[in-house]
Amino acid sequence: MTKNYNVQEMIDKNKSNSSNTIEKLIPTILFLITSISILATIAILYILASESIEFFRRIPFIDFITGTDWRPYSGDAQYGIWALISGTFRIVIIAAIFAMPIGLGAAIYLSEYSSDTIRRIIKPILEVLAGVPTVVYGYFAINFVTPILRSIWSEVDLFNAISPGIVVGIMIIPMIASLSEDAMSSVPRAMREGSYGMGATKIETTFKVVIPAAISGIMASFVLAISRAIGETMIVSIAAGSNPNFSLDITSTLQTMTAFIVQITSGDTAFGTDIYYSLYAVGLTLFFFTFLMNMISIWISKRFREEY
Amino acid sequence: MGLIDKKIIDNKRTSRLFWNNTAMVVFFLCTLVGLLVLAMLIYDTLNDGLRFLRWDFITNFASARNVEVSGFYGAIIGSLWLMLVTAPVAIILSVSTALYLEEYARKGRVTDFIKINISNLAGVPSVVFGLLGLGLFVRAMSMGNSVLAAGLTLALMILPVIAVASQEAIRAVPSSVREASIGMGATKWQTVSRIVLPAAIPGIITGIILALSRAIGETAPLVVIGVPTTLLRTPSSVMDPFQAMPMQIYSWVKMPQHDFSDLAATGIIVLLAILLAMNSVAIFIRNKFSRKY
Amino acid sequence: MTPDTKIETKNIKKQNIVSSTDAGTLSNDNRKNVFSSKNFNLWYGDNHALQDINLDFKENDISAIIGPSGCGKSTFVKSLNRMVELVPIVRTEGQIIYKDRDIFEKSFTKEELRTKVGMVFQKPNPFPKSIYDNVAYGPRVHGIKKKKILDEVVESSLRDAAIWDELKDRLHENAYGLSGGQQQRVCIARALAIEPDVILMDEPTSALDPISTIKVEDLMKELKKNYSIIVVTHNMQQAARVSDTTAFFYEGYVVEHDDTNVIFENPNDKRTEDYVSGRFG
Repeated sequence: MTKNYNVQEMIDKNKSNSSNTIEKLIPTILFLITSISILATIAILYILASESIEFFRRIPFIDFITGTDWRPYSGDAQYGIWALISGTFRIVIIAAIFAMPIGLGAAIYLSEYSSDTIRRIIKPILEVLAGVPTVVYGYFAINFVTPILRSIWSEVDLFNAISPGIVVGIMIIPMIASLSEDAMSSVPRAMREGSYGMGATKIETTFKVVIPAAISGIMASFVLAISRAIGETMIVSIAAGSNPNFSLDITSTLQTMTAFIVQITSGDTAFGTDIYYSLYAVGLTLFFFTFLMNMISIWISKRFREEY
Repeated sequence: MGLIDKKIIDNKRTSRLFWNNTAMVVFFLCTLVGLLVLAMLIYDTLNDGLRFLRWDFITNFASARNVEVSGFYGAIIGSLWLMLVTAPVAIILSVSTALYLEEYARKGRVTDFIKINISNLAGVPSVVFGLLGLGLFVRAMSMGNSVLAAGLTLALMILPVIAVASQEAIRAVPSSVREASIGMGATKWQTVSRIVLPAAIPGIITGIILALSRAIGETAPLVVIGVPTTLLRTPSSVMDPFQAMPMQIYSWVKMPQHDFSDLAATGIIVLLAILLAMNSVAIFIRNKFSRKY
Repeated sequence: MTPDTKIETKNIKKQNIVSSTDAGTLSNDNRKNVFSSKNFNLWYGDNHALQDINLDFKENDISAIIGPSGCGKSTFVKSLNRMVELVPIVRTEGQIIYKDRDIFEKSFTKEELRTKVGMVFQKPNPFPKSIYDNVAYGPRVHGIKKKKILDEVVESSLRDAAIWDELKDRLHENAYGLSGGQQQRVCIARALAIEPDVILMDEPTSALDPISTIKVEDLMKELKKNYSIIVVTHNMQQAARVSDTTAFFYEGYVVEHDDTNVIFENPNDKRTEDYVSGRFG
């Protein structure tokens, strides 16, 4: 085949400077867009902090941080954050007690026992469960779980900690199961074979070899799930009520930090009142807790990263 | 006889195997909890909500007085408007972020900081994003409770989700094909835009759809921003107020009359159907294009 | 002793070896050099990976580079089109002259260099695109958009890579569906599409079966008419079969560079002899 053209010559002719400018601009543009994620964090911190400072000008910080009474609407308004923290705490504890063993059990089954076929059926179901909107879970809690609880345990009120606690637990099961399963599946087969080779059973191998090797991933999944439970809003707004109290009572109505924010913002609270600014102080407290949890989980997975 | 009494080992084996089998059953039951809950949830919603699921429900505006004529029209259209703002903003922000981090960023403190910041942002509760939207978009930028304010808030909320999924998809493109392109005299950006991005697109799209299906069902930030639930018109621009599906469901759940609670279930059926459709598309794309290099 | 002085003393020792065997220059030929490196040194961080490389490569030769794993042969060939600089910690010194121009000159962009010096890689690495789009990629990147010209370029490149007859009816299928040997020849066609002067091949057959290997080797001999080829190979029989000259690399420096016949039948250096006779490596 004879060629009536020369590719290199054409390339030479096509050389332009515009592509050179694009080449230099692109990294800068991408970096600027990337920095928006940092600006978002700064904006969150700035808004929470500046409005909180205004709040603490009106309500002494010491009362907020040590008080156990949260009564913003009464004539003698009280802003003791511990009432809301204790609400959040009760929900989180119930959710954790419910979700950790079940999530870990499911992770063990998926990673150590199940066949590929079962895994291929179960994992999408867990994904769907993780994708259910929280308002739907809230509906499920108040219309399904609460009535069942009340029929078997008469002391349970219409609004309580235990029903939303369980449902928050259900919500975080997929997270624990899938993150823990990832951690366990990445334990190399050779380590398991060493144990099987001495005649150990599957359960012994799981608890004495696999789980110790994957413990950092499992712990990180627990911490992340707890962080998610702390921030969960709709389930508790719908099913836990709106009566903040400092106690460990799980059968009667309570309020969490998140539910307080929703209660105030869905009403007609005037801009500039004490209650309005209290939103941000509560938001800041909430941010502090979840930030702490996220940092702990990052630290755990970095600190104890297994090198196989 | 050696140091170990073989008989003891043999005797113990029966009980060890018993525990082994019991444990397997327990773990299997744990796995079934998810399935069971999903079944109960669907049963409960269908049981309560099917009776209101008529064509009227889709085409009528919400009514706080008459449950028989109350509908989901404003909420469905409002949620579509919301996604019209959220989707492009979130996609541009997060895919650019992923490209920068995977293709351009040098290893170092700044990059580490950006990465940690993104995983932290992923852990910020949605209600706090609502406070951000309220303080920044609704008040400081005086957008009011408009589609734009809520859309931007949700876009920031799902940014980390799409960014992380896109990073994984970009990382899965083998460096050998990048080298092939560079080796022919292609520039960095030509390589990224013509080779890396097309190869990573299925993974990125899957991440986008999953993130949008999270955004479309998100309620808390909308409550905080002050999205109305009693509106008898749909928005005509992004600066107009709007309704949204999860918000409408929430307001029905909170109503004291039992009929409205069932109406909420009807809304949930519609919302879940939309989410199921979105998830199926995502799974389809993932399976169709999952490529082994 | 500081690490720096250590490297320096090592250098001097090895320079002596190089000059004593008169490696690196071939005087019995008056064709033009396509590439020549002058006192070329390369470091990966603190690791002095290439030491005072002086090599000339002639036009329309197949030049083989052999040596044990880690001897720097791949690093060297990747230096010729500056691909080695994709590793951020790389530092170089000395000159590499491509047709009278130093490739490290500021006015000589990497993109321009790589347009003239094509590369075929160790593992077949087609793009996840159709066969046609793979081959048309280079011309398109360089601004050639006319369908008619692209069609011609694709056909002639695939013909030159001796794979046109096999693939002419499957041009719009994904290149991932091809066998490894076919993929590698498509990758060669892809490199040919922009008509480079030189083709660098980094162990091009190490991932292929013996039959595909022979096909690629025959192709190399055919391509030699129009292109200069520099091939790194782990396979000494391959070097003996296809190449005109062979350079033997060992621990980052050139032990010997000569006609392939000399290297394989009558090497000057004891280590070359040991290596080509299979005593180590």
